[in-house]
Amino acid sequence: MKEYDSFRIKCREFVFSYIEPYASLNDTREELDDSVVEAMKRAGYFGAMIPQEYGGLGLNNMQIGILICEIGKSCSASRSLLTVHGMVALAILKWGSDTQRKKYLPKMATGDIIGAFALSEPEVGSDANAIQCTATSFEDNYIINGTKKWITMSKLADVLLVIARLEDKPTAFLVNTKSVGVSATPIRGLMGVRASMMAEWEFNDCVVSYEEMIGNKGMGFAQVGLYSLDYGRYTIAWGNVGACMACLEAATDYSRKRKQFGVPIGKHQLVQKLIAEMVVQTKAAELLCINAAKLKDEKDADSIMETWNAKYFSSCAAKRVVDNAVQIMGGNGVIHGSVVERMYRDVKISEIIEGSNQMHEILIANNIFNNNYN
Amino acid sequence: MDMEAKVKSFLSRYINLDDLENDTNFFELGMVNSLFSMQLVMFLESNIGIELNNDDIKMDNFKSVNAIVKLIKDKKAV
Repeated sequence: MKEYDSFRIKCREFVFSYIEPYASLNDTREELDDSVVEAMKRAGYFGAMIPQEYGGLGLNNMQIGILICEIGKSCSASRSLLTVHGMVALAILKWGSDTQRKKYLPKMATGDIIGAFALSEPEVGSDANAIQCTATSFEDNYIINGTKKWITMSKLADVLLVIARLEDKPTAFLVNTKSVGVSATPIRGLMGVRASMMAEWEFNDCVVSYEEMIGNKGMGFAQVGLYSLDYGRYTIAWGNVGACMACLEAATDYSRKRKQFGVPIGKHQLVQKLIAEMVVQTKAAELLCINAAKLKDEKDADSIMETWNAKYFSSCAAKRVVDNAVQIMGGNGVIHGSVVERMYRDVKISEIIEGSNQMHEILIANNIFNNNYN
Repeated sequence: MDMEAKVKSFLSRYINLDDLENDTNFFELGMVNSLFSMQLVMFLESNIGIELNNDDIKMDNFKSVNAIVKLIKDKKAV
C-alpha cells in the first residue's frame, strides 16, 4: 500500500479543499454544491474509471478505492456521484458499441456528460428481473414507457442507463434526460445521503434511437446491470471504509479532549472497548476492500463475490463504528452539524442500496451452500 | 492442462461436476446463480484470453462444458 501513499495524499488534499467545506451544507440543502461538481471536473475525477484512450485518468481499482475512500471520509453524497457516473461509464466501456464508446466516454471523462443508473421502480427493488418499464421497437427507434424511482444523482445527469423490457426481456438503453417524453420529479426528504439529488422519472412514449441500446436484447440485467452494480457495490464499500475512518478519527480525538471524572474519557475502559471495536471493524472492512481491489486488478472472477463480501461487511462495520462514535460523543454526536450525526444517517443508506444487506446474506450464503465445491 | 480440463477446473469452483455429463445444461438445472455468467465471462477473458463481444453472450455458448469449450475453440480460430 506504500506505493499509493502519494496518490492518497493528493486525494486527501483535494477532499480537504473542495469537498469537506461543503459536506455539511450539501446535507442541509439536499443538493451538491455546484463547486463540488466543478472541482471534480477540474481534477478529472469523473474520468477516474475511464481509460486514458478515452480521456479518462485510467486509475486502477486500488486507486479508485483510495479516491472513493477519501471522498467517503468527508461526504457520502459526493462519493455517490462518482459511483453512479462510473456505473454508467463502465457499462458503456464494457458492453457498448464503438460508436457509443466514442460518443459518450470522452465527455463522461470530463464530466461534460454525467450518467445515472435507472433500474429501480416504484414497485421493483431487490427483484430486479421484475421491472415493468417497457421498450417497444418502432421503425429505427425504441419507445420507452414506465417509471423509474430512487435514481441517484439523476437531477444532475445528462444520460440515464435505463433497464426496460424489450419483448419481455430486460434490456439496457441510454436515454438523454432532455428527451421529449421524459420528466423528473425530485425526491427530497431522505434520511441519509441527503444530497443524492434523486428523482423519479416518467417515460411517456420516449423515443430512443436503436443506436442507444447497450448490449443485446435480454442482456440488460444479467450482463449490463450486474456489471454496473458490481462497480456500485465496490465503491460503496470503499465509501463505508471512509466513513469508518472519519468516525474513528472524530471519536478518538474527542476521547482525548473530553474529560469526565477528572480524566479524558479515553482513559475509561468502556470507552476503550468502543474504540477497539471501531479500530478492528475499520481495518477489517478496509482489508476486504483491498482484497477486492487486487482481485479486480487481476481480473479474477472471484472478485465479484469478494466485492459482495466487502460491501456487506463494510456496511455492517460502518453502522457499528458510527454508532460507537455517536455513543462516545454523546450530545455532541447527535446534534446537527456534527460529522458523526450526518454519517450515522448516511451509513444506514449503504445497507439498502446496490443490494440490501439481506440480499447480500442470501447470495453470500447460497454461494457457499450451492456453488462452492472447493 | 487441455482446454476442457481448464474449463472444468474453473466450473468446479461453482458447480459440483461429479454427476454431470459434458453436455448437461447447468443453467436449466438451476445450478448457477445470476452472477455466474459474469464470473464465466471474466474467466474466459482473463484466464483463457479470448475477447467476448455482445453477440457471444448467449445461453447457448455458456450452458455446458461442451458449449464453453466450443466457444473458446471458435474464438481462438478467428
